[in-house]
Amino acid sequence: MTSSNILIEIRDLQYTYEGQTAPTLRIPEFSVVRGEELFLYGPSGTGKTTLLEILAGVLKPHQGSIKILGMDFAKLSAAERDSFRAEHMGYVFQSFNLIPYLSVQENIELPLHLSPARRARLGSVDTELVIRALCGNLGIADLLGKKVGALSVGQQQRVAVARALLGKPDLLLADEPTSALDVDHRERFLKLMFELSELYGTTVVFVSHDRSMEKLFTRSISLDSINKVV
Amino acid sequence: MIFLKLAMKSLRNRAFATTLTVVSIALSVALLLSVERAKRAAEEGFTQTISKTDLIVGARSGPLQLILYTVFNMGNPTHNISYETFEDVRKNPAIAWTIPYSLGDGHRGFRVVGTNEDFFRHYHYRGDAKIELAQGIVFRDLWDVVIGSDVARKLGYKLGDRIIVTHGVTKGEGILNHEDKPFVVAGIMKPTGTPLDRAVYMSLEGMEALHVDWQDGAAPTADKMIPRDRLSKDSLKVHSITAFFVGAKSRIETLKLQREINNYKQEPLLAIIPGVTLSELWNGLSYVEGVLRMISWMVVVVGLMAMLIALTTTLNERRREMSILRAVGAQSSQIVGLLVFESALLTALGIILGVFLSVALVAVLKPWIETEFGLYLVGPWFTHRELLYIIVTLIGGTLIGLIPALRAQRLALKDGLSVKL
Repeated sequence: MTSSNILIEIRDLQYTYEGQTAPTLRIPEFSVVRGEELFLYGPSGTGKTTLLEILAGVLKPHQGSIKILGMDFAKLSAAERDSFRAEHMGYVFQSFNLIPYLSVQENIELPLHLSPARRARLGSVDTELVIRALCGNLGIADLLGKKVGALSVGQQQRVAVARALLGKPDLLLADEPTSALDVDHRERFLKLMFELSELYGTTVVFVSHDRSMEKLFTRSISLDSINKVV
Repeated sequence: MIFLKLAMKSLRNRAFATTLTVVSIALSVALLLSVERAKRAAEEGFTQTISKTDLIVGARSGPLQLILYTVFNMGNPTHNISYETFEDVRKNPAIAWTIPYSLGDGHRGFRVVGTNEDFFRHYHYRGDAKIELAQGIVFRDLWDVVIGSDVARKLGYKLGDRIIVTHGVTKGEGILNHEDKPFVVAGIMKPTGTPLDRAVYMSLEGMEALHVDWQDGAAPTADKMIPRDRLSKDSLKVHSITAFFVGAKSRIETLKLQREINNYKQEPLLAIIPGVTLSELWNGLSYVEGVLRMISWMVVVVGLMAMLIALTTTLNERRREMSILRAVGAQSSQIVGLLVFESALLTALGIILGVFLSVALVAVLKPWIETEFGLYLVGPWFTHRELLYIIVTLIGGTLIGLIPALRAQRLALKDGLSVKL
């Protein structure tokens, strides 16, 4: 494991929510390698989402360092972390990923509008074409012009993946995106997601409390094993 | 511009609330503008009730009293001035024209004014406007009267109708009617939107004829009565008038002329410059204008509050939306921008609709307002004051938008990417 292969590097990280005395997270050391499909599990309320939000740069750790792509988040301002996220990351929520008053296509295009750098990652090709191809791979090409409200939950989650992966980001953060799907769909959904993330070279960090899917990932760890809160 | 698109689509998504908000702002803006316009029209109309007249001269009393009973048909003169004085003063070389004006009698609540043809020739109002007749002719015969448009309308008079003049200006039934000397409607004036519409005009001689056989202010007994057909215009001598209007040959001489008339030795006279007195009178009434404007502003504030409420109540439902925007890389300051932009957009739409509404309303109601209220909506559609109001409203709306916006930002920072509803 050479250091250039390391995408995420956490050292002595500590995060305590306002109004609480005990830290939610205390991670002495943790790293994620480029191209990994990491499954991070743990019961609800153990800080999975907190960790994802720290990785996304929405929360700033109070102690320790977190580096993504060699960039030290502690040294970035909130706005710089936001634009770093826009350029380098995709995020998929458990549910309600889409803005209801925008069409499917407009939802997918959102990150491009917020980050010129993300748009640049598409290359010089036609945006429309890229989105079509991406959605074709996800089996949602025929939904592009539709209203969000007309979509099933499974379709919505796939649209969310399309948005997260548009522009080949370095990191895909997923917060139990399959928990709203039934078992059959979960596996298909994950396989589609991995197919694309492998194609794009996107590293996946996936958190869940449900370990039934862990075998599909390249690595699976328990949050408890890295989070040393007493 | 993604935030423009987001704001538009988001507002359209909440079309009903958006429409209500825009309409409430529009109504308040329209009210504010209409009040301002009506105020301008009223002021214009008021100070232009009489124009081009340089001086009004009457027996010595107060300027307000003089202008009230000459121009506004209100109140009563305390004294008359003698006709000799009138003839003497008008010889002044600085004077271009005069209009004699004699009061005293009434007709069913309307004043009867004695004057002469100069009244139709020289009396101006609202700048250049002159008295015009809708029907008939200017009084030629001793027993002719010309009636104002309101008189004709309210009393339903036509040309040739006979009218009886009441002694003294009284409402309703007069105590003493000059029944022996009926007059004939010879002309009906076009509406002027001024107090001119509410009076009956006759010749000075006609006025004199009513009282020619009176003695010491009492009606004649039957044996002393001079019958109508024995009187003619030439046989009557005018003894006194109430006031007269003066047009100076040049504006510059007005002040000198005024001083000369005020110092007239033979009889105590008062000469006033109507424009000055009208402005004073208007300023005395300006608190009404202030109250109206204050009410309009309060309505605007209420409209903006409606917007504040509409935006704040939807905020909770939109927390999810904010999280999504944060997840795709929006900064929390961009969230603030989005919401402030939304309220600015709502305010702007409200203002545009409000302006349109007030313009349309004025355009549609203009003839009705003019005939019904005598309020002539003259002048430009917008003055710098209206533009200032619009700008203040826009800034106010945008600033008020900061309240939900900052709240949204706080929520967005607290929520992060996971909304804990």
